[in-house]
Amino acid sequence: MKIWLFHHRDAALLAWRRLTAAPLSSLLSLLAIGVALALPAGGQMLLANALQLAGTTSAVPQISIFMAGNAERRAATEIGARLAKYGGVKQVQFLPREETLARMKTSPGLRDVVDALPTNPFPDAFVVTATDDYPDALERLAVEFRQWPKVEHVQLDSAWVRRLDALFRLGRTAVMLLGVLLGAGLIAISFGIIRAQVLTHRAEIEVSALLGATDGFIRRPFLYYGVLLGLGAGIVAWLLVGAAALWLRAPLSELVRLYELTLDLRALDGRDTALLLGFAAGLGWLGAMISLRQHLRQ
Amino acid sequence: MIRFDRVSKRYPPGVDALSDLSFEVAEREMVVVSGHSGAGKSTLLKLAAAVESSTGGAVLVGGQNLSGLSRSALPYLRRRIGMVFQDQKLLFDRSVFENVMLPLSIAGFPPREAAGRVRAALDKVGLASREKALPVMLSGGEQQRLAIARAVANRPRLLLADEPTAHLDGETAADVGRIFNEFHHVGVTVLIATYARELFPAARCLRLDHGKLLP
Ligand SMILES: Nc1ncnc2c1ncn2[C@@H]1O[C@H](COP(=O)(O)OP(=O)(O)O)[C@@H](O)[C@H]1O
Ligand SMILES: [Mg+2]
Repeated sequence: MKIWLFHHRDAALLAWRRLTAAPLSSLLSLLAIGVALALPAGGQMLLANALQLAGTTSAVPQISIFMAGNAERRAATEIGARLAKYGGVKQVQFLPREETLARMKTSPGLRDVVDALPTNPFPDAFVVTATDDYPDALERLAVEFRQWPKVEHVQLDSAWVRRLDALFRLGRTAVMLLGVLLGAGLIAISFGIIRAQVLTHRAEIEVSALLGATDGFIRRPFLYYGVLLGLGAGIVAWLLVGAAALWLRAPLSELVRLYELTLDLRALDGRDTALLLGFAAGLGWLGAMISLRQHLRQ
Repeated sequence: MIRFDRVSKRYPPGVDALSDLSFEVAEREMVVVSGHSGAGKSTLLKLAAAVESSTGGAVLVGGQNLSGLSRSALPYLRRRIGMVFQDQKLLFDRSVFENVMLPLSIAGFPPREAAGRVRAALDKVGLASREKALPVMLSGGEQQRLAIARAVANRPRLLLADEPTAHLDGETAADVGRIFNEFHHVGVTVLIATYARELFPAARCLRLDHGKLLP
């Protein structure tokens, strides 16, 4: 047990020594792999933030019902009562036209425009949340509501939700694809670097075998080398993504404010960071393993 | 300690390096193998060190038949045999200390105990003061003594050496010869391939000629 620990410690130290023996070339390798890893990692960060942004807007699809402009309050009250009793409706929010007008007046850009109008242009409106939020069910409700008296317009926002959802799915697939492609790239780079390492340390491998080293003993420092390489590249990727987040934070929050949303761009969270580092280290190890399989048999 | 029983060794293209060779080396004995270049001395030592395997007959070391050993058992056998290679096989990017440390790390000695053994081995060959040096900074005789220190660091009961004095001048060769005689003296079984028979007065001599023993 203790011997096992010494062997691992020695192997890790040796790998570290070899990695730092040629600092410039090691650094360049790390940078190359790190940049490659930063792409899917950055994609994941943007995706996580977009999801967070979507979460602050209505994720639950709603139906908006607008009364006719000339409808009286009594008509709206009736519709409200009808909605409250209607099966399939979970929640109803009434937006009286005066409130809508008042809210618009608080917006500095719109105040002058609204003040200039002779009458209140906004109709009474309802925002309905359905119990069943499948797009088809919502569509059926909308068709029904459109036939009710004095209802002028029924708007369904499920189409938007559906589009957003499809967009996220596309984003997730793209990040995955990037991860797989560049992960394979990392394995290939690790494979090549370990191959060069094996050639460089040919004499040592031969002598160790002659002195009674097991295959495991001979492999170990190279495997650690691969792990360190992957881990280092993961850290480089993490730093790059962090720097990008820092840099993009101000302009992005400016942008989303235009849409009356708030976004505090966050770098990778703990889970994603652990995932990135683990993934990178694992791929470095895998590349080294395959390389050793291939090149240690002579 | 070592027994060759009708051993032959043929290298792939069809070179018969050893043919029908039988001899024994007793425990605590010192034996030198002499013979012309290409006689098969190195091959004989490699078979005894389990570095090469015979193509016929049986090689027994410490009672173990080497041809019956599995690939995974080989490393453990090699650790019990000290071998000084003809080309020394030192690691030139590691210090004297680290070169001697290698077999001990491989065998899994705890660092403190291993360091003690490294210093003891270096002391025995007179390199105690050079432990931080790199092998390139050593003279030919010192490099040979370093190779010996590495071979004996594990304290093997069998020590094999392939022409350990070949490239050394008279006095340094005598120094190196003396080291082997000392190991023989303390009970180590020693088998040396050499032309310099006179350096090992206590040794029994085997003479090889074209892969066969001369009577
Ligand atoms: N790895 C090898 N492959 C092919 N032939 C070899 C190999 N090693 C040695 N030989 C041949 O085997 C014969 C014995 O070689 P060797 O044991 O090195 O002799 P010595 O050490 O006495 O000079 C020589 O003819 C040599 O050419
Ligand atoms: Mg030879």
